[in-house]
Amino acid sequence: MSLAETKSAVTQQLMEQLQKQASKIAFMPDEEIVEAIRQLEDKGIPNNKHEDYKYCNIEAYIRREFKNVEQSFGSLGAADLAPYKLDEAINLVVLNGHYSPELSEKVIAKGISISALNEISGSDKQRIASQARSASDSMIALNTVFCNNGIFFKVDRNNAIPMAVHILYVNTAEKPSLVNSRNFVYLETGAELTLVESFVNAGSAKVFHNYVSEKLLDENARLTCYTYQNEGSLSYSAHTNSVKVNRHANYSNTTITLSGELVRNNHNVELAAPNCEAHLNGLFLTRGTQLTDNHTLIDHQMPHCESNELYKGIALDKSTGVFNGKIFVRKDAQKTNAYQSSKNILLSDDATINTKPQLEIYADDVKCSHGTSTGKIDTDALFYLKARGIGEENARKLLLQAFAEEVIDRVEVESLRERILQLFEKTV
Amino acid sequence: MITIKNLHASVDGKEILRGINLEVKAGEVHAIMGPNGSGKSTLSSVLAGREDYEVTEGEVTFNGKDLLELSTEDRAREGLFLAFQYPIEIPGVSNINFLRTALNEIRAYHKQEEISAKDFLALVKEKQKLVELDVKLTNRSVNEGFSGGEKKRNEIFQMAMLNPKLAILDETDSGLDIDALRIVAQGVNALKSKDNATILITHYQRLLDYIVPDYVHILYKGRIVKSGGKDLALELEAKGYDEIKKEFETAE
Repeated sequence: MSLAETKSAVTQQLMEQLQKQASKIAFMPDEEIVEAIRQLEDKGIPNNKHEDYKYCNIEAYIRREFKNVEQSFGSLGAADLAPYKLDEAINLVVLNGHYSPELSEKVIAKGISISALNEISGSDKQRIASQARSASDSMIALNTVFCNNGIFFKVDRNNAIPMAVHILYVNTAEKPSLVNSRNFVYLETGAELTLVESFVNAGSAKVFHNYVSEKLLDENARLTCYTYQNEGSLSYSAHTNSVKVNRHANYSNTTITLSGELVRNNHNVELAAPNCEAHLNGLFLTRGTQLTDNHTLIDHQMPHCESNELYKGIALDKSTGVFNGKIFVRKDAQKTNAYQSSKNILLSDDATINTKPQLEIYADDVKCSHGTSTGKIDTDALFYLKARGIGEENARKLLLQAFAEEVIDRVEVESLRERILQLFEKTV
Repeated sequence: MITIKNLHASVDGKEILRGINLEVKAGEVHAIMGPNGSGKSTLSSVLAGREDYEVTEGEVTFNGKDLLELSTEDRAREGLFLAFQYPIEIPGVSNINFLRTALNEIRAYHKQEEISAKDFLALVKEKQKLVELDVKLTNRSVNEGFSGGEKKRNEIFQMAMLNPKLAILDETDSGLDIDALRIVAQGVNALKSKDNATILITHYQRLLDYIVPDYVHILYKGRIVKSGGKDLALELEAKGYDEIKKEFETAE
């Protein structure tokens, strides 16, 4: 099967884009591309007929907003990036899906290697697409076919990187464009890293950003990730994280979504060996007609693993928030501890929150719990604050901030936390 | 200080207050007593500006201003303080941050500058001694995980910090053991001056052993049916509310 043989309308449209792209994706094995195209042919772009995309009709967004994709991007200088960088981190830049060594800071820390995906070879190359499987989701398939030249990031055995690494994804579309960014983050045995990934938009036209990241933690590795999404009203995005955690390793991610017309997050974590853990936290704030959809999947495959999830959302205006948390506990995963909590506040009668825990448990000696709540701002608390002289607006702010800080406080990179707090305060 | 004339209020269409008349002058302590359901808490909620209650008739003048026209926060800024019967827990908002925000909003309303961090902390230190409030509690989230007694002491601590003209203590004695009651009462007594006034809303006479009122009013079915000096409370304690109920049931 060749690329030209594809037929369906949407994939056809995307295929044309592919042919326009100057550089071919040399690092992606042919069989993965064929598999991805098969998936796209078979399932198409996710729409609301797919159970997992019930509230997130990506196909409709693409049909409506990206009828004429022109793939036109503006240029960007180092000075333009200054406001997005983080002080206490090594800042790397991915521009429109391409790793840009020129715009990135030099990495002097020992034990880190950073390459463009098309530069890697040997066993590292074979890891590409080993975790993010096209057959599981069409957004992965789409990325597999069209991805640009992202980053392969590796921390060598037993190296604890003292400084946070910040990968800044910035898009500069001047005409409606699709960006498929991709990375692979690999922590060898005993390696430790704090990774910030932030997503912003510096362009003047609509952009669909389809991000796929594979993260692999070998034994005893510790990866602390912060995802900061603030791509603005011209951005539509799908973010997929396919994470594999090995024995005694510890993975955590806190995803803060403060803007984006469409933000779909698929966070899939395999707890693939005994005694490992995963901690997923999320906070979203939606306004206008925005949609933020967080889908998590924690796959407990082996015994004695632990997972914790805390997702919070605040929806204003006519916006929509979704949390869907799937926890798999497989037959071998005895002594699993899995906790999940989703709490949401609706600030308008026209806003919607859909939240759904999904537990599938096949082992018999496990501790799993989940809780979910959605409501309006606590009027008793509001009255209490006002009865002490605090004005309505400040009282609401205090309460919303308190609600959000339970998640924001988990961000341990101070400059990032401050940036989030400031923007949050300005927005609510 | 405050003049209440023919105040009627209802909640969900049901009339709870049916013509309250009360005048409280600076320097006075008034106790409002009454059986359950007589409208005691409704009165305090209406005065504080709770939106669930609808005032259908009457007027309330507070320091020369039409109280009912003011928002909840402006009532507080004008110097009205309600000590809640059930103080609200607010996870994530620290007591200190909450009080500093409140104090500064009140100061801004009176065109005063923000209090400096140093002065604020000195004030906190001074006032928390008054109600023997643990320093740790002032740094915790508002009322979160506080015991019943700690919550009530926190109310009086807030009152001390905000220095109101009129304090309404809504069943502040309920759920307090004798030691906590003594501490709370000491705090209230220490804050009393010729320039401020206190309304104690209570079911029991017990609190009035510690905070001696100038006047006692008996509220029944949404009206003040009897007023007198502090002896009225003792009389009520001896006879019980049934006597009152009988007396005014037949009178109706």
